[in-house]
Formats: sequence, structure tokens, C-alpha cells
Amino acid sequence: MSQDMKVIVFQIKDKEYAIPVEKVKGIEKLLHITRVPKAVQFVKGVINLRGVITPIIDLRVRFGFEEVAYDESTRIIIVILDDMEVGLIVDSANDVLDIPVDSFEPQPEVVGHLASEYISGVAKIEKRLLVLINLEKALSLEVTGNMLKEG
Amino acid sequence: MDMNQYLEVFIEESKEHLQTCSEQLLVLEKNPEDLSIVNEIFRSAHTLKGMSATMGYEDLANLTHKMENVLDAIRNSQIILTPELFDVIFLAVDDLEGMVMSIAEGGDGKRDVKRVVHQLELIGKGESLVSSSSAEIAAASVVLEKEKMTAGQYDEFEWTVLQQSKDQGFNSFEISIALREDCLLKAARVFMVFEVLEKSGEIIKSHPPVEVLEEEQFDQQFTVTMVSKESSEEIKKKIMKVSEVGHVVINDIDLEGLGHTANAKEDKVAEVQEQETTNAKLPTDNNKKKKQASFKPASSKTIRVNIERLDILMNLFEELVIDRGRLDQISSDLDNQELHETVERMSRITSDLQTIVLNMRMVPVETVFNRFPKMVRQLARDLNKKVDLEIIGAETELDRTVIDEIGDPLVHLLRNAMDHGVEKPEERLAKGKNEEGKILLKAYHSGNHVFIEIDDDGAGINKERVLNKALSNGILTKETAATLTEKQIYELIFASGFSTAETISDVSGRGVGLDVVKNTIESLGGSVTIDSRENEGSIFLIQLPLTLSIISVMLVAIQNEKYAIPLSSIIETAIIKKEDIMNAHDQQVIDFRGKVLPLLFLKDIFEVPISQEEVEFLSVVIVRKGDKLAGLVVDSFIGQLEIVLKSLGNYLTSAFAISGATILGDGQVALIIDCNTLIH
Repeated sequence: MSQDMKVIVFQIKDKEYAIPVEKVKGIEKLLHITRVPKAVQFVKGVINLRGVITPIIDLRVRFGFEEVAYDESTRIIIVILDDMEVGLIVDSANDVLDIPVDSFEPQPEVVGHLASEYISGVAKIEKRLLVLINLEKALSLEVTGNMLKEG
Repeated sequence: MDMNQYLEVFIEESKEHLQTCSEQLLVLEKNPEDLSIVNEIFRSAHTLKGMSATMGYEDLANLTHKMENVLDAIRNSQIILTPELFDVIFLAVDDLEGMVMSIAEGGDGKRDVKRVVHQLELIGKGESLVSSSSAEIAAASVVLEKEKMTAGQYDEFEWTVLQQSKDQGFNSFEISIALREDCLLKAARVFMVFEVLEKSGEIIKSHPPVEVLEEEQFDQQFTVTMVSKESSEEIKKKIMKVSEVGHVVINDIDLEGLGHTANAKEDKVAEVQEQETTNAKLPTDNNKKKKQASFKPASSKTIRVNIERLDILMNLFEELVIDRGRLDQISSDLDNQELHETVERMSRITSDLQTIVLNMRMVPVETVFNRFPKMVRQLARDLNKKVDLEIIGAETELDRTVIDEIGDPLVHLLRNAMDHGVEKPEERLAKGKNEEGKILLKAYHSGNHVFIEIDDDGAGINKERVLNKALSNGILTKETAATLTEKQIYELIFASGFSTAETISDVSGRGVGLDVVKNTIESLGGSVTIDSRENEGSIFLIQLPLTLSIISVMLVAIQNEKYAIPLSSIIETAIIKKEDIMNAHDQQVIDFRGKVLPLLFLKDIFEVPISQEEVEFLSVVIVRKGDKLAGLVVDSFIGQLEIVLKSLGNYLTSAFAISGATILGDGQVALIIDCNTLIH
């Protein structure tokens, strides 16, 4: 018997990533981003999300990929971690999947250049390979504590 | 059961009950005869005890219980009210407040209360306090107690009720009820017995008291005094129907035989009759609530809402306003009459809504003021002064965010008025003033501001002394001293490191000066001024914005980005020529009205992407931090507007030189520049 886990699937570069659906508050089309001076590179700025100022992270930059211009398919995934709401910029997002929990395997050493600390596992569903993001690590307070340059 | 979900309610309600206690204690101190006030305090204490016991805060429950015992003795006239007694009860309330605060801050509500508990216990037993002066009083109260015992354990009030009931044809009974040895749910049986008795008549008193019975702190037997039109036999039968009741003994009360000496004055009787419903012991829970409700002054119905929810509502509402603006635009482009009308109606509704949403965050300043009477009382005793505090306009409303900040500065100013303002009674008499000093605390609205005045009729400020002190502290030079106006001299006491107190007293002079008050108020976007007349008193006038969430800013453009600079830190704006810039030590400066100001190029500091050509003229915003000035170079001024202040959230907690953000009319976010971090 295995339990299913609902995830939001999104694309960056040519890979597919997943975030548990309960961590996701919504998926938005690209909104006007206001740059925050002197924030670290991957913090693109803040947006007005229905009256709430929400910081935005570009996952491409976070993962060390090259930046690309945002286009029609660019999405902002609003995630909730503890009491923080943060938007993640991804290339596109259009899938919700139920995947059995036991189909996740620990991150194999070979998955490319991606800093493995941001990944909590991979799952193979038929022919797709999903990389499960470790949001705690990707956004954790220790990380955010260092991410702002000293004023 | 998970108590956490009730914790917030518990804390809020505890604070309310404690507030009632201290308020009513102050009233009682002025009218020690009025036992209905004691009842009010008792009820609050009792509820608090029950709540804290349920929540598992034993220390809190324990101390309240001890206080309750004393209150009970007071309302049964077993103890005479003395100032020392009040001190102890106030101390107890202070401790209770401390414990509740500790719980609110996530603590366990534990606190060393042995001393207060001990004192309360002493009083409860009718023994004297540590001080010898109260020995006589204590002795008197013991005598009083003895007298009561022989008088059949009824106080004057109960006695009057009994007598009146008799006059109206009621029978008075003393009913002893014994529960069976094997009775399991004693409190439940007591409840049932009381319910039966309630149906037959009115219960006057029970021994032990109802509260004790409810807690099952009795053996098998209890006694109830009641009045009824039914016969003792009928009542006995009814009680015996309750299961697990062992036996019942009913005695008629012989009113004359006991020879009570209550002097039932006619007018007093009338008063007593009025109070009858509230003062008669209330046996059942239901009954209790009903009567409590009838006692409380009619108040409007309210609901407690978490401020975060209001913030969410406000956020959504702003979005609505922005969309309304867009609709407005579309409708004027389309030029459709019906659309016009609809949009206009919507505009009106939204502006009404806006008023409501903003008003929901308003809290009467009372929530801050109501802790002052107790503080002033205690302080007056500590300082051996006589002070009367009058509060006017406590209903004046302020935004919650301002309310939270204004308490400490006010405490400080009140302490200042008590310590430096109001003179000692002898001094006052010598000056031909009333022995009792007067402090007036007044709040009122005016325009977009709220004013709070602290007005004392004390000694006022001695100009010479202020000047001398300022000169000796090096705050100002002899030359400037000569040019100062009276008001400017008074303002000097707000300078840091300034204290006019000759000797540092316990009350003030603890290193926190009035400069802290001034800074706090200014950080709220307000201001404080003083006026004073020697030997007539001083007035401190505080001006505060209605809300902190809406501030006035100057919107500026830096390349393609927009930033907001709070008007409170702006001195003025200027346009300067590039060639007027001078260099001093790697720092570009300008000469501004004879002062050398450092120039800060925001586009460099904020690393703004460059997209526009350099121009010959620079737009400069002159800002200040304290008395330091600096010029912020921007590309253009957009204009002044009122904005709703928002935080950057929990993620970007330490953004450089940015104090918050706001949403502009087009839905975009503009960052608010924190001038304080830009100027060193």
C-alpha cells in the first residue's frame, strides 16, 4: 500500500520539478516586479499580490542556471513556508500530478550541476523524471539570512 | 484537550477582568461604603480564578483565590478597608497582571508571590499586617467578626432582606442538607438542590458559600438560608426527591429572637431592595450569568477580530480601489452612459467601505489610559504627594498601531509631572494652592491628528535652572542662550542627557530622559511641545497622526524606478546645477543656505539600472535625521501623496535602506526609503 502525494509540476530549463501542492498558494502570470536594491541576485524583487507585498525568487538564478528573458509561459509559483510567502519564477507550470510517495528516491549523485542541497529526491513516473524541491532548504532562514548583502 | 486555541481568549479576558478589578478598586477606595463595588471586583476575581484553574495556571489561580477570600471577607464586613489593605490588594492585582503578561509572552505564568499571598492570608484571617498601625484595626475587625457570629452569621444586608421578606409574607428557613456518604458528584447534587430551592423561593445565603460548594470543598453537609411562601414540609419533600440526599433539617429563622441590631434606615432599605437581585447569593450558574448580565451597564455588541484579518481585508480592499481606478479609466474611454453610472455608484460604495475598513482599526485611547489611575495612585503614595488624576476624552480613537506605541511615552510624562511638577502637600499649601495636586490627561481629535495633553498644576519649569543646566552640560553656548525664546528654553529639557531633578529619585532619573519620549513620539510621526508657567504648572502637548499605516510621502523617480520618501524626514526639495557640486574627502557636497550638505546619489547607492541620459540639473531632496542633514539626488519629483504603508514581509526582513513598501495607483509596488539608515 502506498500513499499518493499531490504535486505541482513545473519546468526550468529542460527539467521537470515538483513541489507538494499543500505548499503552493497559487500560480500567477508574470506581474510587474519592483526591484529591491542590494538584495542578492536571485531575489528579483517584490510584487503586489492582491495587496500583499510578496518577494520573488528566480529559481534559475537560485539553481545557478543562466538567466533568460521572461515570456508568455513564465509563471510565478507562490509558495508558503512557515509564515513566509515567496514567489518562485519558473519557465512554465501547467501540471498537477498524483505520485505514489514510495516512487521517490533519494537524489542520485549524478543529477547534473544542480546544487543537490535544494533537492529532496527524484521520482520516475513512466518516462518523466521529477525532481522534488526541498523548499525548506531553498528558502530556509539560514539561507535567507545570508542572502542579503551587508547594508 | 488542546488549550492553546483558548489561550488568546484567556489572555484577553484575564486582562479585562484585571482591568475591572483595578478600576473598581480605585472607585472603592473613594467610596469604601459601597459594597456592591466589592461584589463587582469579587465577580471578576472569581471568573479569573476559574479560568486560570481551567487553563492549568495554578499560581495564578492560587493568588486569585487568596485575593478572593479577602474580598469575600470585605463584602461580609469582616474586614475594615484600610489604605494598607488596598495596597496589598493592588499589589496582588499587579502580580496577577505580571503573571498574565508572562503567559501572554509565552511564559508559564509562574512568579514568586509568597509575600503577597502571605499578607493576603493574614488579612483573610483577620490578623494584622506587618505594620503596627493597623494592629488596632485588625483587632477591631476580630471583634466585629465575633459579634457577627453571635448574630446568626447574617450581615446587615442579608438581615434586611430576611426582615423585608417576612413583612411581605414570606417564611424564612435555615435548611441543613446532608448528602449521603457515598455521594459521588457532590457539586451536581448541590446544584440540583439549589435548583429545587430556586423554584420554591429566593436563596439568601449558603454556608459554605456557593463558590466553595461548586468546588466540592465541603464534607457532606451544607446549610442554605432561603425565603419562601411554601411550608417547610413541602420544601423538605422536594429536596428529598433529589437522589443521594441523606437527610434534611429545616428550621424557621426567628428574626426577633436573634435580636439583630441592624439599623434599617428607611432610605437604606430602598437602596437595598434595589440591590437585592445583585447581592443575594447566586446559587446556579445560569442564574449567575443572568444576574450578572442585568448588572452590567448596557454595552454595544462587539466581536474580537484578529488584527491580521483586518490587514488582509484592507489589502483586498486596496486592490478593489485600484481596480476601481482602472474601471473608471475604461468607462471614460468607452463613453457608455450606463457604464458611467455603474462605475460612479461603485466609487461611492468603495469610498464608504474605505471609511469603515479604516475605522475598524481604531481603538479608543482608553485602552492605554485606563492603567494610569492605578499607577498615579501608587506613585502618589511613593512620593508622599496628593494627586488627583482627571481623564478627559478617553473615548478618542486612534489606530491600533499608534495605541501600541504611545503607552510608554505617556507613562514617562505622567511620572515626570508627578515627580517634577506637582509639589509636596506642605509646599502647595505654602504657595496658597490646594493641598491636592491635579493632573489632567486629555485626548481629542483635531483634523487628521489626535492630541494628548498632560496638564499639571505644579511648580512649572524654572527657566533659569534649565538654562544653567543646559550651559553646564554644554548643550548650548552663552551666546545662543541669550537669543532663545521662552518656548525654546522649555524644549531644552527634551535634549538628551538632560534632567532637572536635583537629586535622582526612584521615579525619574533612571537614565531614560525626556529625549526618549520625544524620539518615540517623533518616530510615530508626531510631535511634542511644552508650555509652562512658573508655580502654575506645565502642559505637555503631544500631536499624533490618526494612523501609522497611512503616511504622506514624496514620490520620486530614479531612472525607471519609483521610490517614496516619507515627508516626515524631508526638509525641502531643491534643484541644483551640476557645477555647484563640490568635493570634500571623496564625498560630494553642496552648499545649502550656508550649510555644507553631503550628497547621496541614490541611483548609485541603490545600483539602479541606467537607462536615461545624465542631465545638467540635479533634483535633490533634503532630508534629516535628528539634526543632521543630507541631500538625496534623484532624477525627478513625481509628487506628494498619501500611501498605505506595508511591510516587505517576513522574508526580506533586512532590506538595505528600505523601511517598507506601498502599492501605487497602477498596482505597482514602490519602496519606501529609510532616510535614517542613509545618514550616519
